[in-house]
Amino acid sequence: MKEEIIIAGFGGQGVLSMGKILAYSGVMQDMEVSWMPSYGPEMRGGTANVTVIISDDKISSPILHEYDTAIILNQQSMDKFEAHVKPGGTLIYDGNGITHHPTRKDITVYRIDATEEAARMRSVKTFNMIVLGGYLKVKPVVKIENVIKGLKKSLPERHHHLIPMNEKAINRGMEIIHEMEVEA
Amino acid sequence: MKELKLMKGNEAIAHAAIRYGVDGYFGYPITPQSEVMETLMAEKPWDTTGMVVLQAESEVASINMVYGGAGCGKRVMTSSSSPGVSLMQEGLTYLAGSELPCVVVNVVRGGPGLGTIQPAQSDYFQAVKGGGHGDYKLITLAPASVQEMADFVEDAFELAFKYRNPVMILSDGIIGQMMEKVELKEFKPRWTPEYIEENFPWATTGKKKGQERRIITSVELDPYVMEDFNYRLQAKYKACEENEVRYEKIMCDDAEYLLVAYGSSARICQKSVEIAREKGIKVGMLRPITLYPFPEKQLKDLAAQVKGILSVEMSAGQMIEDIKLAVECKIPVQHYGRLGGIIHSPGEVIEALEQKIIGG
Amino acid sequence: MSDTNTIISPENLIYKKTDVLLDNTMHYCPGCSHGTVHKLIAEVIDELGIQETTIGIAPVGCSVLAYNYIDIDWQEAAHGRAPALATAVKRLMPEKNVFSYQGDGDLAAIGTAETIHACNRGENIVMIFINNGIYGMTGGQMAPTTLPGMPASTCPAGRDVSHDGAPIKISELLAQLPGTCYVTRQAVHTAANVRKAKKAIRKAFENQQANKGTSLIEVVSTCNSGWKMSPVQANKWMEEHMFSYYPLGDLKDE
Ligand SMILES: Cc1ncc(C[n+]2csc(CCOP(=O)(O)OP(=O)(O)O)c2C)c(N)n1
Repeated sequence: MKEEIIIAGFGGQGVLSMGKILAYSGVMQDMEVSWMPSYGPEMRGGTANVTVIISDDKISSPILHEYDTAIILNQQSMDKFEAHVKPGGTLIYDGNGITHHPTRKDITVYRIDATEEAARMRSVKTFNMIVLGGYLKVKPVVKIENVIKGLKKSLPERHHHLIPMNEKAINRGMEIIHEMEVEA
Repeated sequence: MKELKLMKGNEAIAHAAIRYGVDGYFGYPITPQSEVMETLMAEKPWDTTGMVVLQAESEVASINMVYGGAGCGKRVMTSSSSPGVSLMQEGLTYLAGSELPCVVVNVVRGGPGLGTIQPAQSDYFQAVKGGGHGDYKLITLAPASVQEMADFVEDAFELAFKYRNPVMILSDGIIGQMMEKVELKEFKPRWTPEYIEENFPWATTGKKKGQERRIITSVELDPYVMEDFNYRLQAKYKACEENEVRYEKIMCDDAEYLLVAYGSSARICQKSVEIAREKGIKVGMLRPITLYPFPEKQLKDLAAQVKGILSVEMSAGQMIEDIKLAVECKIPVQHYGRLGGIIHSPGEVIEALEQKIIGG
Repeated sequence: MSDTNTIISPENLIYKKTDVLLDNTMHYCPGCSHGTVHKLIAEVIDELGIQETTIGIAPVGCSVLAYNYIDIDWQEAAHGRAPALATAVKRLMPEKNVFSYQGDGDLAAIGTAETIHACNRGENIVMIFINNGIYGMTGGQMAPTTLPGMPASTCPAGRDVSHDGAPIKISELLAQLPGTCYVTRQAVHTAANVRKAKKAIRKAFENQQANKGTSLIEVVSTCNSGWKMSPVQANKWMEEHMFSYYPLGDLKDE
């Protein structure tokens, strides 16, 4: 098994930490992982993305230009990364603020309205966990129990009381993600 | 017990330094390596191992603090990124001239000038050819993974003390910023003053009764004495070239074409090799792990086997000069690489190979 | 009858050069202040019994070879960087006594940043600062401390303040920093001044032993070669011109 993912959105959406939790979950499952962020001050408020690779075998390049899955959380990232999903690959996006929806027909497109859902759940901070739940529903690359273990590892002790809320968000994400018909 | 952690290359450097028993770190913030000092400051090793960590007023000061510490026989290090390492060149030539061991990490970013904070490999010449004035070399290690960032701290100190010469760990923004699994070694105690006294008869630790005073210096006004010293330095580098070359060969046995790449570029090229092999192109890769000393002999041997070499680095073509010298222009050698902080993709490398070497 | 053997017999000994000062012939010009200050440091090290625990940091400048004269362990720094070396030596071996020895070009021009920041951190070290108002080693060029109107090879018509700025009073500047505990300006051109300067150097080392912070001793000095004067003229010129701009005495003593 090998899954090459890009997660892209605004800085502050929890893009990097979502990737980190995913990577940690891979470690918990004894898999090889890499996590390569865009970095630098432009991330604060600007766009941020992270490439995560989870694999049974040793990982060669941590930098890719084609992905099995793209998780896209704003329009700029849609413009940049839709074309870089491998044929037959998966694109997951949050519809919030998206004006140009995906058009490719050779990939499977899922939509998850996590921004809306997070607002409804009154926990904007769990936005990225809703997205993560959606992703794991369509691509169960790691077990949920390992995600929880990963969360424990990546969150400082003083935030461990938030784990049940995050678990709830993951489950909610699994419920609300749905496949989209790509219009001609 | 095996302890696996997920961390950035920069963080791995810091943790490895504490665990290896490094005595002092002196640094100045610069992207993309600031996590090294940030991690050290958060870990507070002065409370546990007694390691000194100090933020200096500049890279000029930090490399000279390294000089002071090294002169006492302590294991001391610094880290920076390209513009800061340019400032350190003065200190580095003094360290080499005074035969002091130390470790300097360069998490390279694109230049020239202030350039970009994005990764590059354009400081190769500066690292392997000396960088400052005078006839000296830096032993240069090029890690290609977070694990190697951790492991090379120890390797670098061992080489530094074996040859009494500064060692550079030449990394870049990719290896520094990415997270991978890493297994950290057990904590080792720092060297005791007694150990230093016994093993480093040159260290300035205070002149004991009946003992000659010790002087750490690089100045010698008599040119004949200075010439002898230079010959001695060169002999040391020769021994280093004979004994310390490290490299990794990937799918070279039946290779018709060869990629040569180090550090993060080698990771990308490894993927290129995988893709090319699927397409039926017999490509192998040589990854120099020591950039100085350079794996000349290994390249010369491979030149007898392959039809052409593509040197792949995120620069305008620096390592290619050493490759050409090694293969004595017997086969075509071309360069490919993106510049200014752009990272080439595995696919672009294959295209370049097809156009410049296979088609060429 | 007084043959030489009786003269040099121990009971006639009234002055002995300290063993910490080596017998190597000094390379300094006749009349230079470096040699006197070296001797004072050597005597203080001897009297405090700290020869085995003292590490000196030599600069680039005329005193680059200071390690040939004082019998202790030494490190020779790049131009201006002595305070950075001293910082690390002291932090890594806090039980040792560490001092830097620097000229005005070294301490107050190329090494200004290292000087100010070592003092600002309050590094627990001694800094000996020889201010001769000129670049001695490179042949008499203008220094940051060259007086207004004073000629040097790179300002042959004399320092023009409108062009080069005024001479820097670095000790006054350093005395402002909370990290310094003792900043004093001394001279070594008369027996009385030599005695005072020695006291100051001793106090500085005692401060270090008491963990008080940075002690800086400026010694206003002559450079008769650079100034193109005889040693006697140079001393007179120093009294008449240097002391009014660089007044002797303590700037700070806490
Ligand atoms: C980087 C660098 N620049 C310039 C020099 C040349 N240089 C050697 S000594 C010196 C001036 C030293 O003057 P000062 O510190 O006043 O000491 P003095 O010789 O007067 O005792 C200079 C400019 C050098 N060695 N290194």
